[in-house]
Amino acid sequence: MNDALFIVALCLYGIATIAYLIYLVKPSELLGKSAHWLLIAGFLTHCTTMVTRYLAAGYTPITNLHEALSFFSLAIVGLFIYFERRYKLHILGSFVTPVALILMITALGFPSQIGQLNPALRSRWLAVHTIFAFTGYAAFTVSFGAAIMYLIQQRFLKQKKFGPLYQRLPSLDVLDDISYRCLTYGFPLLTVAIITGAIWAEIAWGTYWSWDPKETWSLITWFVYAALLHGRLTTGWRGKKASILSIIGFCILLFTFLGVNLLLPSLHSYNRPGVVDK
Amino acid sequence: MNIIVVGLSHKTASVDIREKVAFAPTQMDKPLRAVVSLDDITEAIIVSTCNRVEVYAVTKDIAGGMARIKRFLAEYHNLSLDTLEPHLYSLHSEDAIRHVFRVSSSLDSMIVGEPQILGQIKTAYGYAAEFKSSGIILNRFLHKAFSVAKRVRTETKIASSAVSVSFAAVELAKKIFGDLSDKTVMLVGAGEMCELAAKHFLNNGVRGVMVTNRTFERAERLADELQGRAVRFDDMFDYLHQADIILSSTGAPHTIIGHKDVEEVIKRRRMKPMFFIDIAVPRDIDPKVNDVENVYLYTVDDLQEVVATNLQQRGVEAMKAEEIVEQEIGQFFKWLSSLDITPTIVALRNRFDEIRRAELDKTLATWKDLPPDGRKRLEALTNAIMNKLLHPPTTLLKKSGQGGRADLYVDSLRALFDLQIGIDDDEVDLEE
Repeated sequence: MNDALFIVALCLYGIATIAYLIYLVKPSELLGKSAHWLLIAGFLTHCTTMVTRYLAAGYTPITNLHEALSFFSLAIVGLFIYFERRYKLHILGSFVTPVALILMITALGFPSQIGQLNPALRSRWLAVHTIFAFTGYAAFTVSFGAAIMYLIQQRFLKQKKFGPLYQRLPSLDVLDDISYRCLTYGFPLLTVAIITGAIWAEIAWGTYWSWDPKETWSLITWFVYAALLHGRLTTGWRGKKASILSIIGFCILLFTFLGVNLLLPSLHSYNRPGVVDK
Repeated sequence: MNIIVVGLSHKTASVDIREKVAFAPTQMDKPLRAVVSLDDITEAIIVSTCNRVEVYAVTKDIAGGMARIKRFLAEYHNLSLDTLEPHLYSLHSEDAIRHVFRVSSSLDSMIVGEPQILGQIKTAYGYAAEFKSSGIILNRFLHKAFSVAKRVRTETKIASSAVSVSFAAVELAKKIFGDLSDKTVMLVGAGEMCELAAKHFLNNGVRGVMVTNRTFERAERLADELQGRAVRFDDMFDYLHQADIILSSTGAPHTIIGHKDVEEVIKRRRMKPMFFIDIAVPRDIDPKVNDVENVYLYTVDDLQEVVATNLQQRGVEAMKAEEIVEQEIGQFFKWLSSLDITPTIVALRNRFDEIRRAELDKTLATWKDLPPDGRKRLEALTNAIMNKLLHPPTTLLKKSGQGGRADLYVDSLRALFDLQIGIDDDEVDLEE
């Protein structure tokens, strides 16, 4: 039942993503609107998946890689829908929804059965910590999408060679604004996630900070985004420089999330099969 | 009967020449009367705007008519024909019709698709009608031109397309800044092109304009006109950081805004983007300025290229418009050539003869005891009646020759006797 709902959500995301990608080359308001509503349908199905999973498991379902990827994707889609409506900008979907779709497909590759929860994770901090972390990640993802669009548009304008995308992409100002706004959402969320994580660690493991790879990399991510935000607020970093940093930040973030979990031994390896948590 | 066009426009003459040849709108009666009193010119309309001065006329002597109008333009404005002639173009027949259709459809404008030109031509036509310098051909011709313009406007998107340089600049600015309503434009140099572009930016809602110029009075005058602020040329760099869009067109022999200057200015603006448009030749702004982060520098050539791309992208629209013009030329030209006298006389004769024959056949078919020479005599009788009836109109037509009156007669005859002279008569849209 739960898996079936997940597949339905994935399929709706898939069709919506294809529609957004076609929208990139074929300007049609109908196509943009269809993609938007397909994505909303997918989002609602995905929410239902989460709720039924929560009811079945009895805890916030962000405890293993499958669940984490799924929630990350849900947060991206939710946040994107908000920005799409706010800026009336379907084209943003062509750059953001593929990320959400890839995460969903990756989630499919990890076991999804609801298991016994590792005792260390049985805490009400679980919900707070993970939801803040992944919503923050989602904001940085949308910022990443806008940054890529910015760099493309900026290149057209600087080099005075206008590809077919030029007319389709919005103004530099709008893209910079979206990228910046996402940063102002994502940074506080990430900060709260790190702080709640530390508190939870103190409660669960008796220490606030243990330089676990996940913690270290989260801190690196935090510093990159802190630098970017600082640069924007004080010296007026914007445009190209800010976009490149936002993209670098996103790559580090992906490593913090996936790389650390899969490659480095960490307390945060969730309920990875075969890995016994501390 | 031929339609000819003699004139000059922004494509062939600079503004100082155009200024000298322009006609004052308040006293159009004098030049209009002068043109129609020229030999072999039967009708005339004078269109005079800041971008073009053109005379549309009807004549039977194409070469002579053109030469006389050229001489008239020079003499009327006290210019020598030698200085004026290189700027003048003269067209006749289909080319003239195409030209006027294209002009009134705004396809020949400096800003293609701009709406004013149609109104200006209507005003010109109004004067011609008021002072009776236009007749049946130009009346019909101009009405046709108006309906062509209307078709182009409603059937294509040409009016909304960005195909001019200053329009292209505005479009680029919108891609950089998004909303222009809180942006400021600075004019460096008070050139005509800058002024036009500035007006375009104002139409698109920029907040304000600053004008700087080596002669401060000129800056003040232009600032006044644009409801902006004049800045002394020496103080330019103190104000540059307040400007988002800079239009430069000084006559300076070397660059006046350098790479280093802009780097400093942009820091002062906390890296907020700047859009420089360098209209001057030679350049006012160091090309390296484009490499400064968040700064975009476009020269006229760059903009021209953008225009070309726009044209290419919207080529379909322009082609549609040109196609409409071509269709309408064909129809109008048919009507115009139908006004020739000989085919009209032939057609009138044929029409009469047709009726005579039909009635004669009807009578003969039922006449039982027709005398042997009856048929011959009836033929002679009806022929004589027909010739007597046709004699006065035919001689009158031949006598009046090619001219305003003849056209009127020909047109009336066509209508009265329903003569088809190889045209499908389309009703001209007269409500314009």
